[in-house]
Amino acid sequence: MGNKQTIFTPEQLDAYQDCTFFTRKEILRLFYRYRDLAPQLVPLDYTDKPDVTLPYELIGSMPELKDNPFRQRIAEVFSEDGDGNMTLDDFLDMFSVLSEMAPRDLKAYYAFKIYDFNNDDYICKSDLEKTVNKLTRNELTPEEVSLVCEKVIYEADADNDGKLSLEDFQHMIVRAPDFLSTFHIRI
Amino acid sequence: MGKKKKCALQVIMEDAGIEIDGQVESDTESEGDEVKDKTLKKQPLRETSRATRLERKKQEKDKEEDERKEEDSCSQHNRASRRKNYQRENSDGKKAGEEGSQQRERGKKAPTKDQKQSENTEKKTNKKGKEGENKQKTDRKNSTSSASSNSSDEESLSEEELAMLMEQVEQKKKLISTMRNKPWRMVKKLSVLREAQAFVEKFEGALGKGKGKKLYAYKMMMAKKWVKFNRDFDNFKTQCIPWEMKIKEVESHFGSSVASYFIFLRWMYGVNLVLFGLIFGLVIIPEVLMGMPYGSMPRKTVPRAEQATAMDFSVLWDFEGYIKYSALFYGYYNNQRTIGWLKYRLPMAYFMVGISVFGYSLMVVIRSMARNANESTSDGDDDNFIFSWKMFTSWDYLIGNPETADNKFASITTSFKESIVDEQESNKDENIHLRRFLRVLANVLIICCLCGSGYLIYFVVKRSQTFSKMQNVGWYERNEVEIVMSLLGMFCPPLFETIAALENYHPRIGLKWQLGRIFALFLGNLYTFLLALMDDVNEKLAEEDVVKNITHWTLLGHYNSSAGNGSTATPPPLDPADVPRGPCWETTVGIEFVRLTVSDILVTYITILVGDFIRACFVRFVNYCWCWDLEAGFPSYAEFDISGNVLGLVFNQGMIWMGSFYAPGLVGINVLRLLTSMYFQCWAVMSSNVPHERVFKASKSNNFYMGLLLLILFLSLLPVAYTIMSLPPSFDCGPFSGKKRMYEVIQETIELDFPLFVAKIFSYVANPGLIIPAILLMVLAIYYLNAVAEAYQRANAELKKKMQMQREEEKNKRNNKATTNPVLQDLEDLLTPSTKSESHTKQAEDKKIESPNGTRPMGKQGKGAALDGSPMAGGRGAAFSLSPHVFVTQPPMLGVRAPYPGQLRPRGHPPGPVPARGRGQPRYPHAAR
Repeated sequence: MGNKQTIFTPEQLDAYQDCTFFTRKEILRLFYRYRDLAPQLVPLDYTDKPDVTLPYELIGSMPELKDNPFRQRIAEVFSEDGDGNMTLDDFLDMFSVLSEMAPRDLKAYYAFKIYDFNNDDYICKSDLEKTVNKLTRNELTPEEVSLVCEKVIYEADADNDGKLSLEDFQHMIVRAPDFLSTFHIRI
Repeated sequence: MGKKKKCALQVIMEDAGIEIDGQVESDTESEGDEVKDKTLKKQPLRETSRATRLERKKQEKDKEEDERKEEDSCSQHNRASRRKNYQRENSDGKKAGEEGSQQRERGKKAPTKDQKQSENTEKKTNKKGKEGENKQKTDRKNSTSSASSNSSDEESLSEEELAMLMEQVEQKKKLISTMRNKPWRMVKKLSVLREAQAFVEKFEGALGKGKGKKLYAYKMMMAKKWVKFNRDFDNFKTQCIPWEMKIKEVESHFGSSVASYFIFLRWMYGVNLVLFGLIFGLVIIPEVLMGMPYGSMPRKTVPRAEQATAMDFSVLWDFEGYIKYSALFYGYYNNQRTIGWLKYRLPMAYFMVGISVFGYSLMVVIRSMARNANESTSDGDDDNFIFSWKMFTSWDYLIGNPETADNKFASITTSFKESIVDEQESNKDENIHLRRFLRVLANVLIICCLCGSGYLIYFVVKRSQTFSKMQNVGWYERNEVEIVMSLLGMFCPPLFETIAALENYHPRIGLKWQLGRIFALFLGNLYTFLLALMDDVNEKLAEEDVVKNITHWTLLGHYNSSAGNGSTATPPPLDPADVPRGPCWETTVGIEFVRLTVSDILVTYITILVGDFIRACFVRFVNYCWCWDLEAGFPSYAEFDISGNVLGLVFNQGMIWMGSFYAPGLVGINVLRLLTSMYFQCWAVMSSNVPHERVFKASKSNNFYMGLLLLILFLSLLPVAYTIMSLPPSFDCGPFSGKKRMYEVIQETIELDFPLFVAKIFSYVANPGLIIPAILLMVLAIYYLNAVAEAYQRANAELKKKMQMQREEEKNKRNNKATTNPVLQDLEDLLTPSTKSESHTKQAEDKKIESPNGTRPMGKQGKGAALDGSPMAGGRGAAFSLSPHVFVTQPPMLGVRAPYPGQLRPRGHPPGPVPARGRGQPRYPHAAR
């Protein structure tokens, strides 16, 4: 436990606790998880805020993420540069949002970003198609995919603009019974 | 003009008060009380200094008008000043706090304008400096920092400002505590957090301490613990459900319809386990432990003639020999009233257990039916987002191993396919007349089939009765009934399926029809079986009378012979194996059921092995060297036969219910059977079946299966009740031997073991004069409850329809609004109550500027950027970061501050180029009004 002080200053830890849904212990555990991805890159001393960024290839190979069809999107959304390369802050951010303590609205907001593949602030049909194909590993025929996408837009698009805005998405997702239980990663 | 100023001020005060009140709710109460005290003290002070303030206000107004040419309306000014007030609080609250006491004095002394002015300018410069330091302290500040430079009055209202400062600190605290809920990047969060913490630290000492923080931390910790505990408990619960993973796996590959069979099987297993516990715990184990041992009396001994072969496997396989004379069958039990040192009343227990097996089964079936019905109605309303939820919530982010992920992919695909089938079915437009004609035709055909097979069974049974009277009949004649039955069972289901293809139902409904039809066919099976059994029993009963006399005479003869010898010693007892005994029809019936069950198990397993597994192997491996494609062509792989399996299970359970009274061990066999068939069938399905061509979703409640089960339960209750009530039990075997009827054991117990009045009460209760009214009452109650349920159902349907209509309407309205939005907006603005402003038109203009089109925020932002140079933190990121908590915080705030609905929005969230709020905002004013 002696090395606790050498990684973060107490102020840093407190700040992280205020900014995430983690306890001191969990933050340290996450830090070690982060460090384990690339021990030679990540220093053991974070008190002077070193500028370390891990590439997506390393992040995406975490066991928590590697079977997730949306892992690239998750990494992209949470990373500072939008390419999936993550600093420790991004890393903590990501798991904080995906932790089970995170509120529904926060999760819904990030879920929207994750499913918005082309970053145009709307989930349009092409985003939906991508989502379906990722979910089913391209097992559905194109007709089926487009049927599903049309149905989704029909169901959730409240303002009839042919695409889902964040509000549409939230309106739909807060009613979903198992959104909270599925949109979370235990670490 | 002056009056209006006052109004504005009051509004400010109200706002402040409301704000504080709002905080009281969230924070500790002591702090809230403090604040309230301060607001009360404020009142007199305000009175005294109103005049000076008014003056100053006017002055300030002039200045502002100079500075901002574009803001021309008076009301706008008021609003702006109010906004400024807040903003000023935000920006120079620190300073105000420092100078608080000083200012108060000045306010009382009514200082000269010049003094004020100079102070103000001083402050302004200070302010600007500070602003530069902490530009993005809060959203609110961002939104209004533009106006800060020209706000310059009311520094003298120190109490007010103290309150404001307080409020400010509270806001910061709140911000700190909700920092983790903000969808910002960590960097931003950290910097904002630092600012807020610094602010709070600086002013907390002056204004009271942060009491809530520890409590909050504690609460958070407890919440976390609670969540964790819940999660562990849930995990534990799911782990306790047997075969959950197995069934999930099957479901992910074969769809919920196949899984529903396995769920049904599991449920059956549970029920049978309870029955098994009941029978073994209360009947078999007491008898084995405390009853007379084997060989002590005739009914517990294998007869002398059979003893030689009693241990042969072929005999045991037929459940004769030692098995027949064991605790597994009715005949083994003694009619001793009490056994063992516990004085356990075994005959009574046997009877009660036999009854309670039916009672429990009935209860459990009906209960689960009711629960299913409940679930299906409660889940029914929220099917508006089937596809959306499937798409966005079906992937479980917890999945962290490739196999599970594969299963999940398969299951998501399957569930999509199920929903697509449903969707296509509902969208199908077809020739309804042709369809109706075909359906009627199919039903006619099937009814013909059923009638024909019914008559065939009847005919064959009649014939077999005449055959049985004749001597030396051939093998075919003897087994004619069985052959006909199995032929019917083999050919009719596929025939029905072929005919059902005419109907073209949705596969889920088709399955129900198929189940119903095969059920009707199998009822014939049951009927012949029962008929044969009754014949058997009657024969045995007739035989018994004869044997009874023989036994009597044998025993008498034995004693006579020993007595006749003149010896004084007691005669050696006759060996129990030598005593002639009756046929014991109960045991015969029990053996019949056990045999049937066992053969059913074997047939089922062999069918699976040959029909599925061998076929799959053949198709798979011979395909390499065959003329045509076996996998796609003729034999192909088998599909899982849901209807056949479900019916097999249901009928098997019927056999168990009927037989368990005569063969208590039957339930044990059944438990074993269900257990093995769970594993065996799961394996067979996964290894050698292919999913249905149209994977369809099982109906939410498997009440149809339950309905079939209930019917079978009822049908199997009838013969057992008949034998208990109206057939005499065998005279020399079983717990009821020596009685006229089986149910007499109850009367006996009541007479011998209970006080007299219980017997009296019992005789009253059993009086038909009481029973018939009771039944009538029940019928009435059923009728009434039924009517009530129907009424509720109708109301429910009505409400659902209404909701649907409302949704559609809303959708349409929004749609129209999107097109005619500006026009409508104007109209609404014209209609607003005009008390707060003299000029409607200008207000309308303002409103339009603030209307959802995003022009106002844009303009505002632009201005803000121009005035104090605070940049919005990046175009896209900022836009995103604004929206989500808007939804959370907005409506309640607006609800509180009703008077200026459109006005106060900027305080709830910073203005920014918020996208996609085109229809969200116009709703709020309506709500507020």
